[in-house]
Amino acid sequence: MSKLLVSTTVNGDAQEFLCDPGATLLEALREQLGLTGSKEGCGSGDCGACTVVLDGNMVCSCLVLAAEAEGRQVATIEGVAEGSMLHPVQQKFLEHGALQCGFCTPGFIVAAKALLDHNPAPSESEVRYWLAGNLCRCTGYDKIVRAVMDAAAQLRQERMPA
Amino acid sequence: MNAPSDQKTFRLVGTRPIRPDGIEKVTGKAIYGPDFVAPGMLHGAVLRSPHPHARIRGIDTRRAEALAGVKAVVTGADFPGGAEGTVAGGETPTDLKYASIKCMARDKVFFEGHAVAAVAATSAAVAEEALKLIAVDYEVLPHVTDIEEALRPGGPILHDDVFTQGLAETPTTPSNASLRFAMTRGDAEQALGAAVEVYTGRFTLQPVHQGYIEPHACVASWQADGQGQIWCSTQGHFSVRAMTAGILGMSIASIRVMPLEIGGGFGGKTTVYLEPVAMLLSRKAGRPVRLAMQRGDIFRASGPAPGAVIDIRLGALADGTLSGADIEFKYNGGGLPGAYEVYSGVMSTLSCYRVPDANVVGWNVLTNMPTVHAYRAPGAPQTYFAVECAIDELARRLGIDPIDMRLRNVLRPGDTDGRGMTLGAIGYAETLEATKAHPHYAAPLGPNQGRGIACGSWGNYGGPSTAAVSLAEDGSILVTEGNPDIGGSRAAMAMMAAETLGIAYEKVRVTVADTSSIGYSMGTGGSRTTFATGMAVVQAAEAVIEIMKQRAAQMLGADAAGIEWRDGAAVLGEQRLSIAEIAAKSGMTGGPISAEAAIHPGGFLPGFGAHICDLEIDPETGHTTVVRYTALQDVGRAIHPDYVEGQIQGGAVQGIGWALNEAYVYDREGHLDNAGFLDYRMPVASDMPMIEAVMIEVPNPDHPYGVKGVGETPIVPPLAAVANAVRDATGLRIGDLPLSPDRIYARLQAAE
Repeated sequence: MSKLLVSTTVNGDAQEFLCDPGATLLEALREQLGLTGSKEGCGSGDCGACTVVLDGNMVCSCLVLAAEAEGRQVATIEGVAEGSMLHPVQQKFLEHGALQCGFCTPGFIVAAKALLDHNPAPSESEVRYWLAGNLCRCTGYDKIVRAVMDAAAQLRQERMPA
Repeated sequence: MNAPSDQKTFRLVGTRPIRPDGIEKVTGKAIYGPDFVAPGMLHGAVLRSPHPHARIRGIDTRRAEALAGVKAVVTGADFPGGAEGTVAGGETPTDLKYASIKCMARDKVFFEGHAVAAVAATSAAVAEEALKLIAVDYEVLPHVTDIEEALRPGGPILHDDVFTQGLAETPTTPSNASLRFAMTRGDAEQALGAAVEVYTGRFTLQPVHQGYIEPHACVASWQADGQGQIWCSTQGHFSVRAMTAGILGMSIASIRVMPLEIGGGFGGKTTVYLEPVAMLLSRKAGRPVRLAMQRGDIFRASGPAPGAVIDIRLGALADGTLSGADIEFKYNGGGLPGAYEVYSGVMSTLSCYRVPDANVVGWNVLTNMPTVHAYRAPGAPQTYFAVECAIDELARRLGIDPIDMRLRNVLRPGDTDGRGMTLGAIGYAETLEATKAHPHYAAPLGPNQGRGIACGSWGNYGGPSTAAVSLAEDGSILVTEGNPDIGGSRAAMAMMAAETLGIAYEKVRVTVADTSSIGYSMGTGGSRTTFATGMAVVQAAEAVIEIMKQRAAQMLGADAAGIEWRDGAAVLGEQRLSIAEIAAKSGMTGGPISAEAAIHPGGFLPGFGAHICDLEIDPETGHTTVVRYTALQDVGRAIHPDYVEGQIQGGAVQGIGWALNEAYVYDREGHLDNAGFLDYRMPVASDMPMIEAVMIEVPNPDHPYGVKGVGETPIVPPLAAVANAVRDATGLRIGDLPLSPDRIYARLQAAE
């Protein structure tokens, strides 16, 4: 079975990789590109640990074929911070102690950022339903929801005209 | 021990600094079990039994070995025989014989998913292809997954060499009841006969999984001289070392285990499933080998917590005093003997109440499902579920407030617990008083809503820990310890070291060291790490202070006895030498400054929690929504409150999941029907309200900063708190978990 050459953009950088036709985007990110921040918790789209943004849409990268990334924009956890400057969602996760083991954290942060990119003022219910596709077994979600709400508030403040 | 008084305030203890491993974990840089790559690494895969119970007549691996790219194949025949004895395994001691069989079946498979062979190949795809070429000749045997069916005469017996332990007379016929363990005090029958009210009931629980999101994964590398290295995520890398060495007949010092970041464990990562297999593959292949589980493998073949059948009779006097108890429980132990939950279950039952006359009997029952393994307060949530539901019923019958009922019976300082330990500074009554005073307890309920109260306790532990504290050349501080950080413990260690040394939190950096770089440390489990390893860190820091005082005395030409340690500096009258100044001159005053503490502390105290659950039931569907939840717990003193609250919140939600949704579902063929996160439904964010965690601080005088173990207690109360709330909302006492919509709906219909 011959491999496919895929040309794509990951976190703003042009990337090329070879993959099996059946390989998932998650496998390509982790194994071909060495971006292990996206995690595999289930491989069936149930846990959200592999969440990435593909052309502006939040997806489970374990349910996307690597070849589907051809010509498209992929945003992963590794691109959320700008250089060494953390995104407010990342900063608020730290300030609220919203991670314990940290394994689900990249998926939550990518998903939460995607929410705030669309909806700058989500209610608690909107945060909870948006994040319902991301499993966390450590925190009981309390501090995660608070961190996302707090990040939203900070982003709103930053975006207000001076 | 320099125990702080209640009034003592601290510079750092009790504050909420950002954890030192935080940025790596929010940016995706942290390396977890499945992320590690070794140069030249091969990819392994495990062939697992499709049958829940079968004899292996033969395994033909020749076609797999002949496949291009396959570098090694192993089966049970490659494992050395004779592994025996027990090794420490976190919260539970592990029997090496059964640990070995759990890694790879020999002549029989005992559950669906039991490993029968493994392959290492140049790619994961080749390894998977090779598995299809392995021919296993099975003689399928009758199977049993239900506790009571497993005890029925004439049914399938799993092991013909397992005889019930703990009986007065040694049995002569093998049994699926591998263990009976009992605790008797006073005369339970007499006390129950004299009670004003006796609640009699039966409670059943299904097996539930720990549900960590990170799959088990490791890389093992064997060298031709008999040494080996393992990179894995585990709660206890020293246990991985001892178990792998014991199973494979290697010397312990020849194996070096590097702990990677761990993505949840909850007790489930205190054993080995993959590491000895990967090491054998590496020995055959001569290259490092990665093995990892898929989610389905994790459900089918790694330890859930035992399901249970519990019969209880609990008696009370008119004033609410619990006078007598007779409790017999049977835990579903899974395919292999050695589960510890019956012991801890018996010792945990009634562990927070006086009950002078009690008879508690536990049985471990072997069935064709995965061998159970520790899950957060192993063995305790099941029996507490029965006891706390029974107390709720007795309080109703006697017309006593459920918190008052518990206050009447709860242990106080000086009382003895179920393990026979006399307890010192416990805050059970303080926690219950705070529960009663909490606004939640008096808040009005809406239509179709109910409120439940329940308590829970866990004994906690100390255990062996080693920690080293050393000065860098500029006076910054390195703490080296041996406990994987599963929920913020690096932060707690840095805070305790900095508090002791009198310096800034950021001046201390903590490393979780591999098995060859720090002395033995029992795993991160048993709610012991912040207590015991924290104590080792504090003692090592105190020893470093003593060395620095001597060095300062040399530098000042004074007697060390006259030097005080104050705010991170050696002080003699008006003269002051900072850590940086002492470090800078250390080459001239005797060399590097470093100290290690290797301890096995007693003085641990149990945890106690009281939870209030409000829920609403949709009468048309039986669906339950938790609308408000408050969890109060005696935490000793919280070092980093965020991570103490986090333990309470996370444990509560795991318990709520156990109560409402989670269960192993087997079909008639003994196959797990819900081996994935879609069908094994753990709570998600939209299922839960905020979980209010209330820390009751009754410091432990035997810990330098008052620490009590925190992690396990919070999963104990929720099962009954939820069930008691369902009782309150519907009038129905449902003793079978999970309280799923179909079960509640059927009971509502039957009651109409």
